Amino acid sequence: MSRKVLLIEDEPNIAEAIRFLLTREGWQVETHAEGSDALQVIQGADPDLVILDVMLPGKSGMEILRDLRELEHMQGLPVLMLTARGQSRDREMAENAGVSRFMTKPFSNTEMLTAVRDLHAQATQS
Amino acid sequence: MSSDEDRKPSGVRPSLFLERQSYRRRRLSDAARLLPFLGAALLAIPLLWPDGQGAQEGVSLSSAIFYIFTCWVAMIGASLVFGFAARRMRAHEDSEPETDRWQR
Amino acid sequence: MATLNVLILVCLGYVVLLFGVAFAADRLAAAGRGAWLRSPLVYTLSLSIYCTAWTFYGAVGNAARSGLEFVTIYLGPTLVMVSWWWGLRKLVRVGRSQRVTSIADLISSRYGKSNTLAICVTILAVLGGTPYIALQLQSITLSFSIFAEADPTGLYREGSSVFWVAAGLAVFAILFGTRNLDVNERHHGVVTAIALESVVKLFALLAVGAFVVWGVAGGVGPMMDRIDASEIGQWNVDAGRWTTFIFLSAAAFICLPRMFQVMVVENADEGHLRTAAWAFPLYLLLMSLFVVPIAVVGLDLLPEGSNPDLFVLTVPLSQGNDWLAMLSFIGGFSSATSMVIVTAMALSTMVSNHVVMPIWLSMQEGSGSVSGDVRNVVLVARRVSIAVIMALGYYYYRLSGGGAALASIGLIAFAGISQILPALVGGLFWRGATRTGALVGLSVGFLLWIYTLLLPGMEGALMSETVLQYGPFGLGWLRPQALFGIEGMDPIVHTVMWSLSLNTIAFCVASLLSFPSPLERLQGAQFVNVFDHSVAPRGWSGSVAQSEDLMIMTQRILGAGPAQEFFQAEVDLQGGRSNLPEPTPAFLERLERELSGSVGAATAHAMIGQIVGGSSVSVEDLLAVADESAQMLEYSSQLELKSAELTRTARQLREANTKLTQISEQKDSFLSQVSHELRTPMTSIRAFSEIMRDTEGLSGEEQTRYAAIIHDEALRLTRLLDDLLDLSVLESGRVNLNVGDDTLRSVLDRAVPSALAGSNRTLTVRRTKTTERIPLHTDLDRLGQVFINLISNAQKYCDAEEPVLTIAAHDVGGQVVIDFADNGSGIPPEARSMVFEKFARVGVDKAGGAGLGLAICREIMQRLGGEITYLPGQGGAAFRVRLPMAYQQAAQ
Repeated sequence: MSRKVLLIEDEPNIAEAIRFLLTREGWQVETHAEGSDALQVIQGADPDLVILDVMLPGKSGMEILRDLRELEHMQGLPVLMLTARGQSRDREMAENAGVSRFMTKPFSNTEMLTAVRDLHAQATQS
Repeated sequence: MSSDEDRKPSGVRPSLFLERQSYRRRRLSDAARLLPFLGAALLAIPLLWPDGQGAQEGVSLSSAIFYIFTCWVAMIGASLVFGFAARRMRAHEDSEPETDRWQR
Repeated sequence: MATLNVLILVCLGYVVLLFGVAFAADRLAAAGRGAWLRSPLVYTLSLSIYCTAWTFYGAVGNAARSGLEFVTIYLGPTLVMVSWWWGLRKLVRVGRSQRVTSIADLISSRYGKSNTLAICVTILAVLGGTPYIALQLQSITLSFSIFAEADPTGLYREGSSVFWVAAGLAVFAILFGTRNLDVNERHHGVVTAIALESVVKLFALLAVGAFVVWGVAGGVGPMMDRIDASEIGQWNVDAGRWTTFIFLSAAAFICLPRMFQVMVVENADEGHLRTAAWAFPLYLLLMSLFVVPIAVVGLDLLPEGSNPDLFVLTVPLSQGNDWLAMLSFIGGFSSATSMVIVTAMALSTMVSNHVVMPIWLSMQEGSGSVSGDVRNVVLVARRVSIAVIMALGYYYYRLSGGGAALASIGLIAFAGISQILPALVGGLFWRGATRTGALVGLSVGFLLWIYTLLLPGMEGALMSETVLQYGPFGLGWLRPQALFGIEGMDPIVHTVMWSLSLNTIAFCVASLLSFPSPLERLQGAQFVNVFDHSVAPRGWSGSVAQSEDLMIMTQRILGAGPAQEFFQAEVDLQGGRSNLPEPTPAFLERLERELSGSVGAATAHAMIGQIVGGSSVSVEDLLAVADESAQMLEYSSQLELKSAELTRTARQLREANTKLTQISEQKDSFLSQVSHELRTPMTSIRAFSEIMRDTEGLSGEEQTRYAAIIHDEALRLTRLLDDLLDLSVLESGRVNLNVGDDTLRSVLDRAVPSALAGSNRTLTVRRTKTTERIPLHTDLDRLGQVFINLISNAQKYCDAEEPVLTIAAHDVGGQVVIDFADNGSGIPPEARSMVFEKFARVGVDKAGGAGLGLAICREIMQRLGGEITYLPGQGGAAFRVRLPMAYQQAAQ
């Protein structure tokens, strides 16, 4: 039983770091760097967890999340959101959009791993 | 100037006693105003005297001098009396409470 | 027999004594121990400068000619003094409360501080004073001549003696009258010296009189008989002259500048008038007591044809009583000197204050501060005017031939100065009197006086005999001494009647027809109602007059409607007995508050104080208020402008606020972007450094790769920070341009290789080096920075398979234009407006930079006075850089 995470992040170096960490935890990591078609990619990949950057080319992470939550079968999908802007307004907007966890860059690796573990545990319990 | 209309009693005015004082003061100043006219009238009388050139006997210079200097002395005397009266009045005035004077 | 030299020594000694007295009095007053100097007695005695040498000598002469007529000159002032309660008291109160310095000042300040009027009065006073001074010269000269006749050794010549007398009196007056410049124009010393002189002259005359009555005639009874027996022994006075002279002397007593000086200006206490009211008439009575006896005895004793004007001297001399003659001479000398001193003081004050100072000040206007020398200028002006006045007197004496009888010269002066009377009395008692009225009246009276009396009085010197006989141009009804064909009148009576009546009529008519200025009306109320404004208890009618004044003033300040409303409300509040409220303290306070809203508290207080309060305000204060109100008017029109300006400013403020809000939003978004740009590389750095620290068993290849990532991201951070700093320096304008000269070609030569270095992407740069020989005068490094940026952008973003950048330079319309065009797909139109904004990025390549490059280019080009724009329609991305040629031209 493999766990699958979809990482939508346009900064290649950050994507590589997260892939490295999660792969070692036993996750199957798929990456995508474009915002405009992210929704279709998520639906197609059917991941157990999504890690979503806010600033994406084409379409912002906020909009992707909002659209995602509109979809009925996607409402329970854990989404971990990352942002580099670090404004409290962003956190509010994300929570309103239905985010599961919100993290500000830069983060420590442990933070990231803990967040992913927690989210996955919650999702499997419910 | 002042006339009897001034005496209209009014609520703001001070007591009757001061009314009397101010009444006297007014009459005194009336008299003072009258004095020069009286003097002028007295000094005009020589104009009626015959000038001695006609048939009538003229007035002698010594009696003319006597008349004019008498009038003169009378005027001086009246002025002296009034001067002292005015001084007394002013002393009263100064001791009066200044009721209706606007002060800064 | 006293020789002429002894006489001169006595005169000098007497003058020295007077100086001593004046000096001592000034010292006493300065030390504060001179209370008695300000006693009613001194005041009364100082008034006796009315009795001049004319009185001293001329009264006897007059009596010898026309009997009792001479007393008219004393009876007039007596009547004035006796009527002090409503006449002089008011004059003195006004003079003191308005702080006037002369009669010209009083008239001018009554009529709205009109300097024209002051000048008119000054001229009148100088011209009227001239015959009078001539008179003093004549009397002193005559008295000298008497002693000279008796002195065989003396070398006496009349012409030169008049000159020396005039010069001596001038020096004397200058030394006396302008020794100090008192602020309030009061002269303790002079007044005291004059009081002493009055005692001397009275004593001298009484001594001669007593000598005549008891020494010569043998007592009062025999004297009276002798009088009746003499050639003037009957009452024989012309009715017209009797009345006219009493009136004229009364008028002159008030109007003469020297009388005004001692009576009003030098007055220390209004109460002194009470004493002077009886004491001064008494003095006059004593002065005239022995006049007729001396005249009668003189006529009896002295030979036919001797000058009766000198009986006072010649009678004692003829009796061999030299010492009495000497005393009498000193009495006459006293009369002349005191008159000359005070007249010169008064006239010079008027001349310097109303003629010289205005001229001097207007000349000084350009040069700013004037405070330093004013006192000196005033003193010099006064001294010069004294000299001029004395010279005028001297020439009048020469022109009139010195022949006219003393009394008639004096009366000419009286008639002249009396022309002020209508304006003065009208100003004190009639609020309707206006400046125009005063000017017209004065001019009419003045011209008539000159025409009918002064010029004919010079006996052919200035007016030909034909004019006198047949009128100017043969117009008989304009004959100077028989105006309108009325003949046979005494010349003085003729002049006084015509000039004063026409003066008064002109004054009244012009006053009724003209409209006074606000300041005039304010002053008019101040003068006419001076008692209501200060001490005496107010009657009901007086109060209403004040309410009227207040109403007028309030209307001027608040406007008619609001003022009437305010007053009506007050009337209702007070019970509505009349149509004007009584000026109760409460009402006045409310009014003051109301007014202060419009004119400011201080002004409102001063204005009400002027009309109602005991506070007396000087003309200067009034003028200040008037100026202030003029400024208020100006200010209110400025206010309208200002309110329009304010609306404009408010709009600008709103705009500025909007802009600020936008800027603040931009700043927020900028910070948020900066934060993003900083955090992104830091995220990678942190993540990989933690990986390298925490993960065991990383392969060497992995380690190298991750370290390289960390290194790249660190470089990216550094670049970002460099760009941010650069941008902030450029934007703040604090950048220092390092201007140098070079050609465009060499700048590009340096820029191209450094832009292309360190990148593995290929870019072909095409240049036309022949067109690049354009000299530049600018910051070459900064320009190079722009070029490098453009070239490396092309290198990074040009998406053609074989990227080519074409650089073309032209000289277009006085500007250097350099185009950078590549052969890629270019920038999409919707993004073009954004490319020069900060953090604007087109395309996906993130590693290139933070998106600050073009923003920095734009800032640099602005600093260099040029611009950078996107150039559409070139196939690929194209940028155009413009530099003004002016730089280049400036360098040549």
